[in-house]
Amino acid sequence: MWLKRRKRENRRLMPIRDQKDPARGVFTRRALLCMAVQAGAMGELARRLYHIQINDGDHYARMAANNRVSKRLLAPPRGRIVDRYGIALANNKENWRALLMPEETTDVAGTIERFSTLIPLDERDRNRIAREMRHQRRFVPVMLRDFLSWDEMARIELNAPSLPGVLIDVGTRRVYPEGELLAHIIGYVAPPNENDVAHSTLLALPGMRVGRAGIEQNQDEKLRGTAGSVEMEVNAVGRVISELNREEGVPGEEISLTIDRGLQQRVLNHIGDQTASAVVLDCHNGEVLAMVSTPSFDPSLFDSGVSHAQWIEWTNNQHTPLINKAVAGVYPPGSTFKPAVAMAALESGLISPTDRVFCPGHLDVGGTRFHCWSRWGHGSVDLHLALKYSCDVYFYEIARRIGMDRIAETAHRMGLGVPLDIELPHTRTGLIPTPAWRQAHHHHWNGGDTIVSGIGQGFIQVTPLQLATYTARMATGRAVQPHLMRAINGEISPMASPEHWPSLNMPEKYLEALRAGMFAVVNEPHGTAPKAQLDLPGITMAGKTGSAQVRHVSRALRESGHFNSANLPWEYRPHALFICFAPYDAPRYAVSVVIEHGNAGADAAAPLARNIMRDTLLRDPSNHTTPPPESVAAVDDSFE
Amino acid sequence: MTALNNPIRFHKRLLRAEPSFRLMAKLWRISWLYVLLICALAGVGYVTLYSAAGGVPYPFAAPQAARFAVGLVLMVTIAMLPPRLLMRASWGMYALSLVLLAAVLHMGHVGKGAERWLMIGGLQVQPSEFAKIALVAVLATWFSRMDYARMGNPLWLIPPAFMVLVPVGLVLKEPNLGTAVIIGGIGASLFFTAGMRLWQIILLVLPLPSLVQFAYGHLHDYQKARITTFLHPENDPLGAGYNIIQSKIALGSGGMWGQGYLHGSQGQLNFLPEKQTDFIFTMIAEEWGFIGAATVIALLVLLIMGGMIMAIRCRNRFGRLIALGISMNFFFYCLVNLSMVMGAIPVGGVPLPLVSYGGSAMLNVMLGFGLLLSTWVHRDTRLDESNGRTA
Repeated sequence: MWLKRRKRENRRLMPIRDQKDPARGVFTRRALLCMAVQAGAMGELARRLYHIQINDGDHYARMAANNRVSKRLLAPPRGRIVDRYGIALANNKENWRALLMPEETTDVAGTIERFSTLIPLDERDRNRIAREMRHQRRFVPVMLRDFLSWDEMARIELNAPSLPGVLIDVGTRRVYPEGELLAHIIGYVAPPNENDVAHSTLLALPGMRVGRAGIEQNQDEKLRGTAGSVEMEVNAVGRVISELNREEGVPGEEISLTIDRGLQQRVLNHIGDQTASAVVLDCHNGEVLAMVSTPSFDPSLFDSGVSHAQWIEWTNNQHTPLINKAVAGVYPPGSTFKPAVAMAALESGLISPTDRVFCPGHLDVGGTRFHCWSRWGHGSVDLHLALKYSCDVYFYEIARRIGMDRIAETAHRMGLGVPLDIELPHTRTGLIPTPAWRQAHHHHWNGGDTIVSGIGQGFIQVTPLQLATYTARMATGRAVQPHLMRAINGEISPMASPEHWPSLNMPEKYLEALRAGMFAVVNEPHGTAPKAQLDLPGITMAGKTGSAQVRHVSRALRESGHFNSANLPWEYRPHALFICFAPYDAPRYAVSVVIEHGNAGADAAAPLARNIMRDTLLRDPSNHTTPPPESVAAVDDSFE
Repeated sequence: MTALNNPIRFHKRLLRAEPSFRLMAKLWRISWLYVLLICALAGVGYVTLYSAAGGVPYPFAAPQAARFAVGLVLMVTIAMLPPRLLMRASWGMYALSLVLLAAVLHMGHVGKGAERWLMIGGLQVQPSEFAKIALVAVLATWFSRMDYARMGNPLWLIPPAFMVLVPVGLVLKEPNLGTAVIIGGIGASLFFTAGMRLWQIILLVLPLPSLVQFAYGHLHDYQKARITTFLHPENDPLGAGYNIIQSKIALGSGGMWGQGYLHGSQGQLNFLPEKQTDFIFTMIAEEWGFIGAATVIALLVLLIMGGMIMAIRCRNRFGRLIALGISMNFFFYCLVNLSMVMGAIPVGGVPLPLVSYGGSAMLNVMLGFGLLLSTWVHRDTRLDESNGRTA
């Protein structure tokens, strides 16, 4: 019987109905219905899964990548600035910083307290630390102090066990090995302000600096470089799991200046504590070999922030240490302007070099008497003698004859009163006044204005750099532009070649007449600047003195015979100017010197310019690729 | 001696007389194919938990494997218990489950605002999981005594209705909406398949919408928040909607072939919340892609359908209802968990059976499978006639 049942069951492997139990049939039907519902539900889930994973897969994969990849930018090192021989003028130095990793210490406040007993933290530091702590996640380090000295680091390392979570890392800071020597040219950097950050994401990176003056400001884009980036895999709370991809930034470009650091130092030594500026140019291509403005300042103070007291001291100083007088100081050129007037007269065709003017010591025009600097007059002078003696009456007369517009046009072409292409910010243009300019300011142009302009007084204002450019253009007849950039990343600028510069289109014979006049100023008897004679064998230089009144000298005072500008208070004394070029027969270097309130150009400025020119000729930077030995500079001291 | 002459009779007597031999026969009747499917699913769980820990067996995979081994022994043991014993034990199980549910209300530990558990002898016990199994058993016992004619009498349906409503009420009070709905669903499916009349069903279903509305008014704020964030997850991407969005991102980034074992970025980088428990399916889908995830779904479907077939095949009413109830329970687990990780229903603490990390859920699931296999082993046993009533 058992066997029989087995056999029946085997025939019907799946008995789903039962004759004795009608409920079984119901159960089977309804269970099958349940199975259909289950299969449908699971099928729907699979369909939905397919939709999410395949149809919308790309969308979610993108979201996933954003989820896990955190991209951070790396600050690129700022480009170096070097002189023409490759000596570093602005460099990056390691900046050791103490950081605190808040999650690695159980007692943050206690750790900071113990740290401050080793390295004092002032109120500003503490506030900044507290602020950063609030805003950052616990595994992002907070900077406690930077610019640590070796000593301070040693103290921290020694006490490391009691300072959990404190670590030392290295950033960079900008250093200026030459300090005050080149502060006006190199400029300085400072942390970017909110406005800078808004315009460049690169600047938002910690440690980035922005050039605030000089080449640092002018060439900021090149020096900054390109940010690198590092892609990191982070988890849901932002902790870094691994570094996926690192792309190093491109460091800022290395800028080689035309400056000869050694020469710059010599020029500064010669100026001493006078308030002055001096520019040395290569006449052939306009390279600025030295550019000094005194007094100067320490540019490294800006990197960590200048104190308020220091700032007040600088801005209230009447010697204006923060201003680069070579490009931003404007002075009446005085007699140094006379060659420009002469050139304008010659070019006009109204005057020939041999035309003579009689100088009785004054010129009367329309009831006004214009004095020559010599009360007794120079008698009958031609162009050569007028330049040699710096006769005022001659230039009053020719200025009157040719008119102001011709003078201004020529002066502009020679580089006076026009913007120059120097790579520095905050330069001033100066001014060569014209009747049109005067009328634009609702004033009448008087005939007397033209006459005083003939001797570089009145409204005329020029910068020392313009004077040097003007001298170089006279010396070579080329429209050279002064510039500081010699090479970028070792690639020499095309500006270094003399052929780069077009001709001024001034007749050579006229230029020669001016040069001869300036030669006479220095080297002929009764020239105005005998003190400027060089003592170098076979080399002579040509120059022109200038004294620029900063205050009107009244007729009564002048006629009293007791007038002596050396007795005036410093700020009322005339500026002393001198321009020169050398060697006379094959001009290579041009120098301009302006000593603020230095009194007479012949006495104060001429010897200074001579000393500078002498050093320049001895070093001869334009013909050397390596700096001359120190002994060359030492010769100079014996000469003093 | 005649018995000895007839080999079949002898065989039968030997079966009755020799308990060890009977045990071997029962062991042989266990559907080892089904056990193999269970082991395969547990294997998926082990492999995924290994990855969830970042490629090491601790702290998830190895303890889970140990629990599974214990569960396997428990399952096989239960599979060989005779149905009469189970019927008798079902009342005790049910009473115990109610006691535990009441106890958990008073001294239970609350995890994440929902699932409550008791600590008994260092073991986490989730009474609501056990209550589902106990309910299936007690309802099957009750309905097994009723033939089709009796089912037509509503009076006979009132006691089992209370058997369902009491645990549902207790679980709602925990409060655990998800589990309460599942318990109600299991109860309903048993009523339905036991042979409830259609007019009775319609009468019950009609007032359901208003009931749901009433229930929503009594939901806790966090439960309402779950429903609203489910409807608009993008409104709160870092708050309550975070789980749903991250889960979908992980699913979507898996694509067709997945990111590779141990290389699922969302899971490995902890973007995925509760990746070793509720959201483990997301890890599978991210690392193995749609291919792997669909394979797991297929495995689940096989287990559900296998249980249902066992129910239909069973010759006794008790076994049929047990098998159907257990299969339904397993199905609801899968449905709620998968819908949750795919953002189809509000998030609630329902694990994926056998795959998610957790001891209590694992033991309950294995207990259920033990009962299921027991109905298969005793599929030809006639119980209904012994009630003294034959239709």
